[in-house]
Amino acid sequence: MSKQLMKGNEAIAQAAINAGCEAFFGYPITPQNEIGEYMAKYLAKYNGVFIQAESELAAINMVYGAAAAGARAMTSSSSPGIALKQEGISYMAGAELPGLIVSVSRGGPGLGGILPAQSDYNQATRGGGNGDYHVIVLAPNGVQEAADMMRQGFELAERYRNPVMVLADGIIGQMMEPVEMNVRPLAKTDKPWASDGNSGIRPRNVVNSLFLNPQDLENHNIHLKAKYDAIEQNEVMAEVSQCEDAEVVLIAYGTPSRIVKSAIGQLRAEGVRVGLIRPKTLWPFPHEIIKANTQKCKFILTCELSMGQMVYDVRLAVGNQVPVYFYGRTGGMIFEPSEIVGAVKKQLAGETQ
Amino acid sequence: MKGRLTFDTDRCKGCGLCVNACPVHILELDTGTINAIGYNPSHIVDPDKCIACTSCALMCPDVVITVERIDE
Amino acid sequence: MTVLFKKTRGLTDAPFTYCPGCTHGIIHRLVAECLDELGLLDEAIAIASVGCSVMSYEFFNCDAIQAAHGRAPAVATGVKRTHPNKTVFTYQGDGDLASIGTGEIVQAAHRGENITVIFVNNAIYGMTGGQMAPTTLPNQITTTSPYGRNVATQGEPIRMSELLATVPGSAYIERVTVIDPASVRKAKKAIKHAFEVQRDHQGFSMIEVLSTCNIGWGLSPIEALGFIKNRMIPYYPLGVFKDKGALK
Repeated sequence: MSKQLMKGNEAIAQAAINAGCEAFFGYPITPQNEIGEYMAKYLAKYNGVFIQAESELAAINMVYGAAAAGARAMTSSSSPGIALKQEGISYMAGAELPGLIVSVSRGGPGLGGILPAQSDYNQATRGGGNGDYHVIVLAPNGVQEAADMMRQGFELAERYRNPVMVLADGIIGQMMEPVEMNVRPLAKTDKPWASDGNSGIRPRNVVNSLFLNPQDLENHNIHLKAKYDAIEQNEVMAEVSQCEDAEVVLIAYGTPSRIVKSAIGQLRAEGVRVGLIRPKTLWPFPHEIIKANTQKCKFILTCELSMGQMVYDVRLAVGNQVPVYFYGRTGGMIFEPSEIVGAVKKQLAGETQ
Repeated sequence: MKGRLTFDTDRCKGCGLCVNACPVHILELDTGTINAIGYNPSHIVDPDKCIACTSCALMCPDVVITVERIDE
Repeated sequence: MTVLFKKTRGLTDAPFTYCPGCTHGIIHRLVAECLDELGLLDEAIAIASVGCSVMSYEFFNCDAIQAAHGRAPAVATGVKRTHPNKTVFTYQGDGDLASIGTGEIVQAAHRGENITVIFVNNAIYGMTGGQMAPTTLPNQITTTSPYGRNVATQGEPIRMSELLATVPGSAYIERVTVIDPASVRKAKKAIKHAFEVQRDHQGFSMIEVLSTCNIGWGLSPIEALGFIKNRMIPYYPLGVFKDKGALK
């Protein structure tokens, strides 16, 4: 398959179609509108269902219904719309439903701005829905990875019967890059638990997150925890680069990690030994990978387009072993390599004083 | 038409809607009995007068009553 | 002996969890009977909502999906678009449909979703202890209108059947009640017709059923029937508000 130049949002939609997405329910919100528009134009050609729902809240509930009835379903939105979906995501987690939620994140809080930011890390990994649950969160660093993670997301969602979020930042949604699409069909999975209207030929199914008996609800939560433990065991992904000899390790995810890589190039050229760890799954978070690759460095600098959210997970990962510092821009402002270079040098100077 | 009623007594909550609906007034709540869920269940006091109209069964919210027609 | 009336296979054996005298039980039974009699039961998918009927998935003898409060029409949309030939219905109370769910019900009707909505209107929030509903009558006392519903500050009650009838996508809307055998028979006819409208792919159907909440209203079960007859029906008239099929 040859590479095509595609806008991130469109690549995300096409990748979903290639992965056998059967239903898309969404609502317009900048900067991800091209996803819904692409689906409106093309999904029907693949016998898929497209609905522009009346709100993000309605859309996630349509995903819930379609998934409960056995469909491979997804929605997409951006930060304020993802806030509206929290109830539905919690219900999907509680009812153990597969589904893909794409968030093309923008500045917040509240209405915020329409330019890219990474201030939804907490929203994605800690969730605003009620109860003990996790969403698997995949964080691509560009259009190619976004396309690949759409396919991976559907596969994980159905394997674990859990909602999955692909957290792309607004840069990915809007930029154009070459992308090679995986067009192999993603096999349909058996869903014997689905309420698909076949109670005449098997015992009836009930898709539900309500367990009024407290012991039943506790047992259900223990069962969910076992699932999340398995996911943490098996699905962590991170890129580790040049950390073997690093005196400083930078940690970043998404497109900003590429800006950080440019900074690393400059620093290395000046003789500063810097490495990068790039989480690709934000949940499950690569605690062990970070711990293992930072044991000999002077400090970690976490770089995010936010006021500092992932940095707390980095600190949890290394405990008191390594100092963890933060550099960020937000609101739609994006740091440049020179800023990262400056921050590293400043910290090094401060360290050696 | 003559009818015969069967009561799934332990489903009855003693609400009285059947008593109220019966056009020949032959149902009463049996105050001498408490069923498994703690209510005085409905029962038929004059079975020969049942006209098999099914009004009682139509109004019962708990599907307690089965109605049969006695074929001559 | 000929059996004239027995429990339908459309209901499971689970005893209903409703209060004594609550007419939810009658309505459940009618829905179940209609599905069975139309031969639609084995392919039906019930969408349970939140309210007193939150456990309705325990009672309807078919596949079921529990929906969040107010969202049942959106959930039903996801199901019906996935399986257009199955019978998909929601069972919702007045808080679920007329308060938190107004967006979802209007838009499902707007899109002409080929689903059936059973709307149980008892002018109160039963499950949570008797608070005011959007359908609570003027001057009606509830736990959040302890001095009676004041229409100046709390609005006039909302008539959902009339409202949804103005939405072009709705195909069949009727309001019925279950206060006596005659009205129960009429209600069953209406519910059956609504499922036929869905079966024949004619569009969105809703049956609003005026129902009792004797506990919430502070009345006996029999007095509660009188409340519907004397107070609710004058405000919520019975009848057909939309019938696209009749125009043909």
